[in-house]
Amino acid sequence: MANAFKKFAKSQLAIPLFALLLLIVFNLIRDVGFFSLTITTNNNGNAVFSGNIISILNGASELAILAIGMTLVTASSKGQDISVGASAAIAGSVFVRVLRENQITMPIILAAFLASCVVAIIFGAFNGTLVAVFKIQPMIASLILFSAGRSIAYWINGGATPTVESPLLSYIGSFIPGIPIPTPIIIVILFGALVSLLLRFTNLGLYTQAVGINEKSARLNGINAVFIKLLSFTVLGVCAAISGSIAVSRIGLINHETILLDIEMDAILAVAIGGNALNGGKFSLTGSVIGAFVIQALTITLYAMKIPSTSIKAYKALVIIAIVVIGSPIVRKYALWLRDKLFKKPAKAKQTDENGEFAL
Amino acid sequence: MSNTRGLFAGTQEKKRREPISNTNLLLTITVCIFIGMYALAMLIWGGGFLNPQQFFDIFNNNAFLIVISCGMTIVMIAGGIDISVGGITALVTMACVVYLDDHSGSVIGSVGFALGIGIAFGLIQGVLISYLEIQPFIITLAGMFFAKGMTTIVSAVPRTAIHEAFVALKQFRIVIPGIGSYGKAGNFIPARIESGVIVAIMIVLAIFAILKWTRFGRNLYAVGGNGQSALLLGINVKRTRFYSYLLCGLLSGIGGYVYLSHTGAGNASNATAAEMQAIASAIIGGTLLTGGVGNVIGTLFGLLSLKTISNIVIASGLREPYWQSITTGLMLCLFILLQSLILAIREKGSLQQLLSEWMKIKSKKNTEDLST
Amino acid sequence: MQNVVLSMRALCKAFPGVRALQNVDFTLCKGEIHALMGENGAGKSTLIKVLTGVYPKDSGQIHIAGNSKEITVKSPQEAQNLGISTVYQEITLCPNLTVAENMFIGRGNYRFVNWRSMEKKTTEILAKLNIPARATQQLATCSLAVQQMVAIARSVDMDCKVLILDEPTSSLDEHEVKKLFALMRELKSRGVGIIFITHFLEQVYEICDRITVLRNGELVGEYAIRDLPRIQLISKMMGKDLEDISALQSQKPLQEVKEDAIPVFEACGLCSAAGVNAFDFKIYGGEVNGFTGLLGSGRSESVRAIFGADKITGGRVKVNGKNVKISKPKDAMRHGVGYLPEDRKQDGVVEDLSVRANMILALQVMKGFFQPFSKMEAEAFAEEYIKLLGIKTTSTDTPVKSLSGGNQQKVILARWLLTNPKYLILDEPTRGIDVGTKVEIQKLVRKLAEEGVSVTFISSEIEEMLRTCSRLIVMRDRKIVGELGGEDMTQAKVMHTIAGEAVQNG
Repeated sequence: MANAFKKFAKSQLAIPLFALLLLIVFNLIRDVGFFSLTITTNNNGNAVFSGNIISILNGASELAILAIGMTLVTASSKGQDISVGASAAIAGSVFVRVLRENQITMPIILAAFLASCVVAIIFGAFNGTLVAVFKIQPMIASLILFSAGRSIAYWINGGATPTVESPLLSYIGSFIPGIPIPTPIIIVILFGALVSLLLRFTNLGLYTQAVGINEKSARLNGINAVFIKLLSFTVLGVCAAISGSIAVSRIGLINHETILLDIEMDAILAVAIGGNALNGGKFSLTGSVIGAFVIQALTITLYAMKIPSTSIKAYKALVIIAIVVIGSPIVRKYALWLRDKLFKKPAKAKQTDENGEFAL
Repeated sequence: MSNTRGLFAGTQEKKRREPISNTNLLLTITVCIFIGMYALAMLIWGGGFLNPQQFFDIFNNNAFLIVISCGMTIVMIAGGIDISVGGITALVTMACVVYLDDHSGSVIGSVGFALGIGIAFGLIQGVLISYLEIQPFIITLAGMFFAKGMTTIVSAVPRTAIHEAFVALKQFRIVIPGIGSYGKAGNFIPARIESGVIVAIMIVLAIFAILKWTRFGRNLYAVGGNGQSALLLGINVKRTRFYSYLLCGLLSGIGGYVYLSHTGAGNASNATAAEMQAIASAIIGGTLLTGGVGNVIGTLFGLLSLKTISNIVIASGLREPYWQSITTGLMLCLFILLQSLILAIREKGSLQQLLSEWMKIKSKKNTEDLST
Repeated sequence: MQNVVLSMRALCKAFPGVRALQNVDFTLCKGEIHALMGENGAGKSTLIKVLTGVYPKDSGQIHIAGNSKEITVKSPQEAQNLGISTVYQEITLCPNLTVAENMFIGRGNYRFVNWRSMEKKTTEILAKLNIPARATQQLATCSLAVQQMVAIARSVDMDCKVLILDEPTSSLDEHEVKKLFALMRELKSRGVGIIFITHFLEQVYEICDRITVLRNGELVGEYAIRDLPRIQLISKMMGKDLEDISALQSQKPLQEVKEDAIPVFEACGLCSAAGVNAFDFKIYGGEVNGFTGLLGSGRSESVRAIFGADKITGGRVKVNGKNVKISKPKDAMRHGVGYLPEDRKQDGVVEDLSVRANMILALQVMKGFFQPFSKMEAEAFAEEYIKLLGIKTTSTDTPVKSLSGGNQQKVILARWLLTNPKYLILDEPTRGIDVGTKVEIQKLVRKLAEEGVSVTFISSEIEEMLRTCSRLIVMRDRKIVGELGGEDMTQAKVMHTIAGEAVQNG
């Protein structure tokens, strides 16, 4: 039992799960009924689940999907794409544009989604090319789209914030009649399953990690590092398209300035909370998805504490700074040194190294 | 025979001339682009471009950007980056307005307040980045979000300053004698600039002098050029990096106050995307992303080019605001690729040096051929 | 001695598992050029790093001229203040600054830069030392040799008494080396003590006064240059006395190769961007050959070119007699070539990945992107080879970085054995690992050859090469200078070929 616990404590998922637990306990102390689940009837007369759990899971959908793509990019190219929000806005705009020009039917929605995917993949590949071929740091490369992206999104719809209304669209954004769980949650589950199949039936995971850890060695083993990096950016493009489409479907309109605003920060945060190193290498997609839920839980908690939505990012920024500071090798070294000094342990270099992560 | 000798002498002569360095090459390109663009705009669109006031308005509207671009240039020369400059600017505007109006502060006090905020950000970010060796991008991105979040915590709604002394400062204009335009009635309207412009220009000159003539300035270049070497050459790399972020934070604080003196309003959406424009200005002005190369005069011209392009885009009928950030993005992309190209050529140059053994043999043969 | 500028006595330094320096003595006199020689892992660079304060010493004393007090050097900075300067192979100046700035940055106590006086002083120094550079020139525009000279000039101007030149000539051409030597002689006449590290024997004999030889972290001896002919120097570096060499019977070659057989791999005029001269090469089935030569002779670059690891700039390649194109590692792998790189840490292991993932990596890449091995298959492969090679690891899930060097090497070996190669290139597979593992790897190579696999084997230890290879290709200065097989495969002969002297009484 103790052994099993030790093994768990060492696993990558320990940090995000611990954070989640902390938030849950905090909320339960604050309000016992915080996580109560009720069944209510919504405007369309469907019986649906509601409650804080549902709003956390539902609200984290776009973030969870983006976090998956961001994890792959982080792992392969040792940096983050900060243009995901802008890419999602572009994809959402394309989605809306196609819908507005046609009679909205299910095939048209599908076509609109595919179109947004294609556009997002093109922009992802643009970032990927700058990173993989021109060897520009991912954050600088994506800075271009980060700043110009939302304007491109605006331009796609001819400089307006158009609305699209259709019950079909609300099926995607909120509920499908007869199913009490919000559709975005279902989409996340489906996409998660798809990605895990992709990892199961291709070598994407192995190659990505090899490229991220030791690019030279990966090349000498016949791995095409440029291709792998490009691939991770295209996958992130698809993620942006999916989350952009969900976000549009939720409210039936697109506002290029506010749609998925600041989500790049949350996505990076999710990757970090998920226990993934921000400078590449080994990754855990499960960790990142849990990280996304942690962030959404944090957001909902802060809302519940009557903190205005615009200032929430200040608190999140503090969380991310705390995480990178704790994760920095130098801080760890000092923490170990301090621990050894306090507990007068003889320096057992190897063991402390392995446990270092949790010494704090 | 004499012909070939002449040729040979010619190549030798060429070798002796000082080749243009990458810095100067990039700077020259930018200055040429700016002058060419402005001249072309005068010819084609005339009108506003011929009015000196429009030229000075570029300065009036972007004085704060000049200041924070200087800070960005310093950080980039030292091989880092600072995304938080725009956020700090917004926070400073809001904090100062609230201080002036709600706490009946003085103008001097508000200036000190602005500088204090900037220094605080620079201090914390600098320590985290240089002494704890955390990626600058992550820290300053978090810094930006923190600053923007704090702005709304200070005041959720946009505020306009009504403090008397401050409003006087805001409305203060310096008249430039002899330069101006004629109004509709034929009356002479002299060109005016704001006090912030004077501050910005003085800062550009001061930073130029610091970068060129002080030990700290040269250390910045050494650290950005090759941190490892700089360490072996006896430079305190960590402290130099730390000071670069501190200075950038301070300049963001000043930039925030200059912004405030231009608009007189505190708003969370102030200086949106300023970080990106500052980075773009620095890159267009010849600062290398990899560090070690660049100067603030280049950055100034980079900014002027950027804004002139915006004016041209507007003059050519694309008035929607989104065109501006799209053109900025395109310019940034273009110059990043240009830099990458120049760096690749430079690398190839060193490759040639590696291969020089058999190349030398070749050239020897050539000279033998020539002499026989 | 009056004119000793630096003396080190009984210096010891150990790293976990390795004793890098054991009781090493070293004496440097005023105005001498002193060569520090030794093969890979002999302890040269450790000695220099201890001297310049990069590593702290474990025990021993360091004395500087005119000071009877023992000194401890804590940082390169302190070493510089004590008058010990180092010029490395890679230039440690800032290429983006001017020559003058590079001369003066980080020195002295000043707040403002006086460009005019700095440039004037620099011009004087450059003229005095006869360095062909201008003070206002950007350093990046100078040739490597000039950059190195600027670094030396900086040290000299800082009043250094001991100048360490760590392989300064490895990327210079003949002409540039001449200029550098002229500068070194000039400094010598000024009384600077120079420690010169190089792999080029000719250069040692051209310029040095004395030689100190290290081997396996121990001092072999200190010799005046005229007392130590080349052949003896090599034998001292390699660790074999000349008498022993003559007495030693070379082992029988593995098998006679039929001359009319089709080579498994054949290269013609192959050269790469890493700077190896065009060379011809072939290997037959079941043959073990080796590239030998001192470090920096181009032996690693040659095999990298064969594997397509560097950019190929010319030449043709045949596999089993058929023309093929190998432009990247994957092409070579497809044709059954495997390559164990020289630098295990940089090019070999993927540190954070598990032993299992590291083992199956190459085979997995060959199998294809869409056909990953199941965990069970991978586990079976890993278990098999862990048993076969005797790899000591707690589980197949252990990150490879927590294994010892020898076991890491075995993991990479397993990686390539898994691919069932027809031709395996092993570049220094035995470097930095314990003796037991070394023998195991040598045995393995012979066993592979018996099974019909062709192997190219590279090692810094001649003896090991003679034991394992049936043919040796000798390289010097990035050129193949000889090929030895059969009767000719004796240590003496190999050393003579490396040294480039006529065989005396082999």
